[in-house]
Amino acid sequence: MSTADNAADFVFQHQHLLGIEGLKEQDITCILDLADQYVEQNRKTNKKTNILTGLTQINLFYENSTRTRMSFELAGKRLGADVINMSASGSSIKKGETLLDTASTLNAMRPDLLVVRHGNSGAVKLLSRKVNCAVLNAGDGKHEHPTQALLDALTIRRRKGRIARLTVAICGDVLHSRVARSNIHLLNIMGARVRVIGPSTLAPASIAALGAEVYHDMKEGLKDCDIVMMLRLQTERMHGGYFPSISEYFTLFGLDYEKLSVAREDALIMHPGPMNRGVEIDAAVADDLTRSAIQEQVEMGVAVRMACLDLLTRKKRNAGDGQ
Amino acid sequence: MSLFTHYKNARLLDPASNMDMVGELLTKNGRIAAIGEAVDAPDIAMTINCNGKCLCPGLIDMRVFVGIPGADYKDTIENTGEAAAAGGVTTVCVQPVTDPIIDDLARVEYLENRARKAKANFIPFPAITKQIEGREMTEIGLMSKAGVKAFSDGNKSVANPALMTRVLKYSSMFDALIIQHLAVPELSDSGCVNAGALATRLGLPGIPTAAETIMLERDLRLLKSTPARYHAAQITCQDSIEVLAAAKQNKMTVSAGVAVPHFALNEYAIEDYRTFTRLSPPLRSEDDRLAVVNALKEGVIDVIVSSHDPEDPESKRVPFEVAETGVIGLETILPVSLELYHNGIMPLLDILAKMTCNPARILGLNSGVLNVGAPADLCIFDPYTPHKIDAEKMVSLTKNTPFDGRPVQGRVLRTVVNGETVFEYQK
Repeated sequence: MSTADNAADFVFQHQHLLGIEGLKEQDITCILDLADQYVEQNRKTNKKTNILTGLTQINLFYENSTRTRMSFELAGKRLGADVINMSASGSSIKKGETLLDTASTLNAMRPDLLVVRHGNSGAVKLLSRKVNCAVLNAGDGKHEHPTQALLDALTIRRRKGRIARLTVAICGDVLHSRVARSNIHLLNIMGARVRVIGPSTLAPASIAALGAEVYHDMKEGLKDCDIVMMLRLQTERMHGGYFPSISEYFTLFGLDYEKLSVAREDALIMHPGPMNRGVEIDAAVADDLTRSAIQEQVEMGVAVRMACLDLLTRKKRNAGDGQ
Repeated sequence: MSLFTHYKNARLLDPASNMDMVGELLTKNGRIAAIGEAVDAPDIAMTINCNGKCLCPGLIDMRVFVGIPGADYKDTIENTGEAAAAGGVTTVCVQPVTDPIIDDLARVEYLENRARKAKANFIPFPAITKQIEGREMTEIGLMSKAGVKAFSDGNKSVANPALMTRVLKYSSMFDALIIQHLAVPELSDSGCVNAGALATRLGLPGIPTAAETIMLERDLRLLKSTPARYHAAQITCQDSIEVLAAAKQNKMTVSAGVAVPHFALNEYAIEDYRTFTRLSPPLRSEDDRLAVVNALKEGVIDVIVSSHDPEDPESKRVPFEVAETGVIGLETILPVSLELYHNGIMPLLDILAKMTCNPARILGLNSGVLNVGAPADLCIFDPYTPHKIDAEKMVSLTKNTPFDGRPVQGRVLRTVVNGETVFEYQK
């Protein structure tokens, strides 16, 4: 038995991890506590345990991804699972197979974990109804990206010691961002104060209903913030002009030292990546090791995903096969 | 078929004449021959005892999509006819969105011929523009002269204002009705749900109500200088209702419809991306739904339609954003509309008017009324029987109803088309 198993007797009540919405504070705390232990494991020379030995994890990615897919792959492998990657290009999906048919096909191969990314909001939930194994949402359209919010939370908690009562600004292209939605849900559940900053075309007023104050001026919104989360400008999801030019966008909404100066002195800078330097974030700010937690976020990503894989298979592993 | 049929002990409901009385009705050769407290029936007449249940004109549904030609896996004319009969609908107005598109007289006649043996009257509404592409108008004159009542581009707007001006001008020569789908394409084509907080939470692209209201305002502006007969196919929001009410006050020749889901459901019916609630236009906010209900009550909206649109499972068992729009509704139009009566919002006759004499008047049909000489298209129903809508029990080939499991009151007991019973409820 690994230390992680002993540490948290917590049984995760959910069959899948499809989003942050619907989770409770104790669910999130439990994932983060467990992830803290996996951070330690990942910093050792021997990073591997065998708690998922014999289990099969399939990473099904309908959208391109490097860091998330690799992070899930590493997480599975470090826990001893057999990990298989499947991407949309060069598979039956290209031949016109529907999402649900692919789900049934994969399900018949009896995986224990299915990690899915899809370009349509709600698609992962739809798929989860067709399979018997645990499904992890690795990003569905503009809806949710729960493990990103969890790794952000872990990063914040380790740096600041807590999440509750912190003021967090989420800046930029909120409209197209599943990361923003998951983060807003999570930060609200954990008792943080959430602000959203961006041009009114990308930070719509309707976002307030999710539990955020909406600002259209960086300096107003960043004032006294503890955490500054930058979002990538998702030009691939934009049809028609949401802002006049990159140069105007950077001038008004790009994060530089000048705008950052109104935030708290120890404000932490985060970005889910991949970054567009000179678009939403100034290169110097991004590389500022004292302020930026961007590299740390990537490290936390593997640990958080290990915790999720662990928790979602716990019931099954405890039950065993009666062998 | 008997020459005469004698309907006894019926609660006769005729919205056109505001009649609500217990009485009898006699049909002869497919037409209504006599109505009254008691009518003289010849001995050879077949007698049907209505047991005090309601008897009203058969319903006229101004907005139905069919699978023929081109998509018989979704629906056949026969099946649509059976669904209509089961729903008390005796006249089905067919949208031209088929493969090929119904956009000339030959295709209108093809559909009419295919529907000859169906259990309902089928009235094809051919396209306003060729191939519903919004570029050139169809042969509105030739088709009107051949008896076509109305033109519609289905789920597409005639977006080009210059073309719309010409369509209105041209169609007015033939007194043809132009039915417009209200959606500015640039505001609606990329969206799939009502714009607002729910769309933001679900991460789905929204369609603002302005997409509908702007198109309505534009058309009404054009109508001012170009009087023509114009019908707004589906009204879904408060803003459009205000615009429409003002136009009606100014005595403009405009009428409007609403589909059942838009007054019976709001956007939250989408829940977890239920594709059976994806509609065009989308389900709106609760405030807009309430405004639509009020507009029905106030008479600003003239017609209730089912917007029956069968979609096969493969078009619906996909992510919400890529799912087809449309729900079936022929079999639920009456019981769900009756909620307006049971909830104390509208009198029974007023609700029935929106599905009988109002569409008949707008389309220039002689049905939709209980008049001597009118076609014996009848619907006998019990407005009170409580039951749950059960998609599996529906006769529609596809089961894409958003009302599955909904408790309702009211059941169609018998449907009569041209004097012949085409549906009888079996327990």
